[in-house]
Amino acid sequence: MTIADTKKVGLSRRNLLRGGLASGILVAFHLPLRKADAVTQPIAAARFAPNAFIRIGGDGITTLVMPQVEMGQGIYTSIAMILAEELDADFSRLTLEHAPPDDKLYGNPMFGLQSTGNSNSIRAFWKPMRAAGANARAMLIQAAAARWQVDPATCTAANSEVIHALSGRSFAYGDLVEAASALPIPKDTPFKNPDEFKLIGKPLKRLDTPDKVNGKAKYGIDAMMPGLSFATLAQCPVFGGKVAKIDDTAAKKVPGVRKIVVLEDLVAVVGDNMWAAKCGLEALNIIWDEGPNANLDSEEIWKQLRVASAKGGAVAKTNGDVTKGLAVGEKYEASFELPFLAHATMEPLNCTVHVKKEACEVWVGTQIMTRVQSEAAKAAGVPVDKVIVNQHLLGGGFGRRLEPDMVIAAVRIGRHVDGPVKVVWTREEDIQHDIYRPIYRDDVAATLEDGKIVAFKYRVAGSAIVARWLPPGFRNGIDGDAVDSATDAPYEIPNFQVEYVRAEPPAIPTGFFRGVGPNNNVFAIESFMDELARKAGKDPIAFRRAMLGKAPRVQNVLDLVAQKSGWGKLLPRRFGRGVSLQPTFDTAIATVVEAEVDDLGEVRLHRVTLAVDTGIAVNPDTIAAQLEGGIVFGLTAALYGEITIDKGRVQQSNFHDYRMLRIDQMPKIEIHIVKSGEAPGGIGEAGVIGSAPALRNAIYAATGVALRKLPIDRSLIAAGKKS
Amino acid sequence: MTTVLNLNGERKSVDVPDEMPLLWVLRDVLGMTGTKFGCGAALCGACTVHVDGKAVRSCLLSIGELGERAVTTIEGIGVTPVGAKVQKAWLDLEVVQCGYCQSGQVMSAAALLAATPRPDDADIDAAMAGNICRCGTYKRIRDAIKLASSERQP
Ligand code: FES
Ligand code: FES
Repeated sequence: MTIADTKKVGLSRRNLLRGGLASGILVAFHLPLRKADAVTQPIAAARFAPNAFIRIGGDGITTLVMPQVEMGQGIYTSIAMILAEELDADFSRLTLEHAPPDDKLYGNPMFGLQSTGNSNSIRAFWKPMRAAGANARAMLIQAAAARWQVDPATCTAANSEVIHALSGRSFAYGDLVEAASALPIPKDTPFKNPDEFKLIGKPLKRLDTPDKVNGKAKYGIDAMMPGLSFATLAQCPVFGGKVAKIDDTAAKKVPGVRKIVVLEDLVAVVGDNMWAAKCGLEALNIIWDEGPNANLDSEEIWKQLRVASAKGGAVAKTNGDVTKGLAVGEKYEASFELPFLAHATMEPLNCTVHVKKEACEVWVGTQIMTRVQSEAAKAAGVPVDKVIVNQHLLGGGFGRRLEPDMVIAAVRIGRHVDGPVKVVWTREEDIQHDIYRPIYRDDVAATLEDGKIVAFKYRVAGSAIVARWLPPGFRNGIDGDAVDSATDAPYEIPNFQVEYVRAEPPAIPTGFFRGVGPNNNVFAIESFMDELARKAGKDPIAFRRAMLGKAPRVQNVLDLVAQKSGWGKLLPRRFGRGVSLQPTFDTAIATVVEAEVDDLGEVRLHRVTLAVDTGIAVNPDTIAAQLEGGIVFGLTAALYGEITIDKGRVQQSNFHDYRMLRIDQMPKIEIHIVKSGEAPGGIGEAGVIGSAPALRNAIYAATGVALRKLPIDRSLIAAGKKS
Repeated sequence: MTTVLNLNGERKSVDVPDEMPLLWVLRDVLGMTGTKFGCGAALCGACTVHVDGKAVRSCLLSIGELGERAVTTIEGIGVTPVGAKVQKAWLDLEVVQCGYCQSGQVMSAAALLAATPRPDDADIDAAMAGNICRCGTYKRIRDAIKLASSERQP
């Protein structure tokens, strides 16, 4: 597999939609079948292109165009499996291509925008991909049947061939492309029954991984081209600050430094290589005008959020009468708080640009192709159709690459550079100029009577990311993401209310982070459930289970996790088991964490058991991998994740003070996937959510200390144990 | 200054300052982008290469210090029997997610297995704890090292 930076050769939407001889497309992402340069050659043979996703050449080569980006979640393979399943294509001989930017052709149906996130690639494309494959197969069958003069119903397809079993004849798809292209595109071709699936449901090997173990895979940061220069940047460390003045005498003397670009809010050094650029930046003396946020700190930010939360907000959901219900029985209240988090994708932010007078070319790995294209156009001052975006593999996305800021910065710098320039952020810059997971405060109140919840009121206060990112999605003062797993809570509670308070932190930019709003909802609700279970004198699983009468899939995964985790079995002293439940992204997950706590409050992870019902498991091995990785992502945040602000700037800078879980701290992980015939649910975000509350509840079980903030505070655990 | 590197069994000369870290010589001067930049401070392991068969973080190793010692990178590790075993085990168990850390993981694992053909969990922890995987592939990394160690030399 290589990625070829082929140029757009008359890509025409009409040709793609109509079929026929569409020629060429932007960037090709190839399995080893075709040499990169083969793509740049005009392909003489006829092509069958019944829709934007499938192209079959006269040589039989089947190319699938990937509307969603590959950032480790295995989506290229899963989407290819769905397309190839209904198309009956030979899965061992496929070519994949990144889709070019085009919302109409490749927009995610759930967003109306070409974007990869929110665990919705499979959910959004499940039907469109099946339709694309099934319709194309029907046309190929019809073309073959016409040649044989037989009834199409007597023909079948398999492995990129149409077969007429009665006469023992067959046609390779490649031999049918011209005839099939002349046919009208059918609608509503019936899909296969799940029991006819040959690919879906199998743990097939991923198509993108072989080149990721031999150094050949190309991420955005690996873009190389003749005449390339290298740059790194410093943005004002204080949010909202500007450059006041610079002294570049020493920087200019650094060997290999070519240019210093000074913009309003950032400085970049351009050099022969990253090392020269870095040394040049270090040698620069920059005086910043720190602006109005120079004295901002975490304490002030938290104070503002708590004040906003206390004022109350809009009702996102209500059942029964929560005010009356809260007057009945014994009342309990708690507040939960989650910190700012940096994404810290393993591939630091970067973008390569070539800004010319009338055009602009961009090389990047992004979750938002079309947005990047339009933002680059604005920053370069050229029309959108003069911007070519070359998509790459992403060295992690996690929501960070749902933002275009690294592209805008690169284009602004690139306007001052002759030829292409690769702008790479240092890890320090990456962590100190993230668009952070917002801080959240949750206030929860509930009443108990006869061991049962009478009323439950949940209020979340925090950023409305949707209001900024997809404004039409923000309605009636409610940010659907911020309350997602609260309004969808699986429990049957007679009086139940969810409220949302929009509270943007001063100066700190906030955005989506893997696991999104549900990370916060599930942490607060599941933590509080454990506290209520204890007040009610009930086992945490039994307490939850009694409220799941209307959520059979959730109940089922809870039962499965109880059995597989050995719930109820005796544990050594200082060990605890904790559970969490989540209904998010059309996927039901139950997680049990087993952990040990020592006298200093240090936590050792022993075992994580997770049961999942995600509907039809398109690729069960990918699902298991996403959940395994998600657990690590969630536990990392629970144990270490916190960005703090002092003097208007982020205090953390690299992996020594923004820590990641490492292999020597790993628990055993077991994933149990429930067999299901439901439509597939989301997985990428889902795996992150449950491990933090389950760990928190394990600590609660081991020590009785009810932690209400993340990251886990060792001193509270240690103090609680002594008392 | 011209320096001659002993790289994946070949001699390559580069004209760069002595203080320049090997990472940037590989990536930006020679265009060998398989070795990755993650932190620049020996904290993440993404830039791991072998120097005389030992795992080394190339982001802090200047080519002046390196001298003529033999360097193997991810582009060259597949020709060694142990490297090939590790790559195969990685694919057999589908370790990789985004893949960005995996050049470094493969290099650290290959150095471990070359020195300790039958590593136990503690050996794996010691050799691999310097390599961060943000995608969280650690479980499969451990399993793949064990698989590679149990397979006979190809
Ligand atoms: S880049 Fe060298 S250890 Fe992180
Ligand atoms: S596979 Fe993505 S960082 Fe390791």
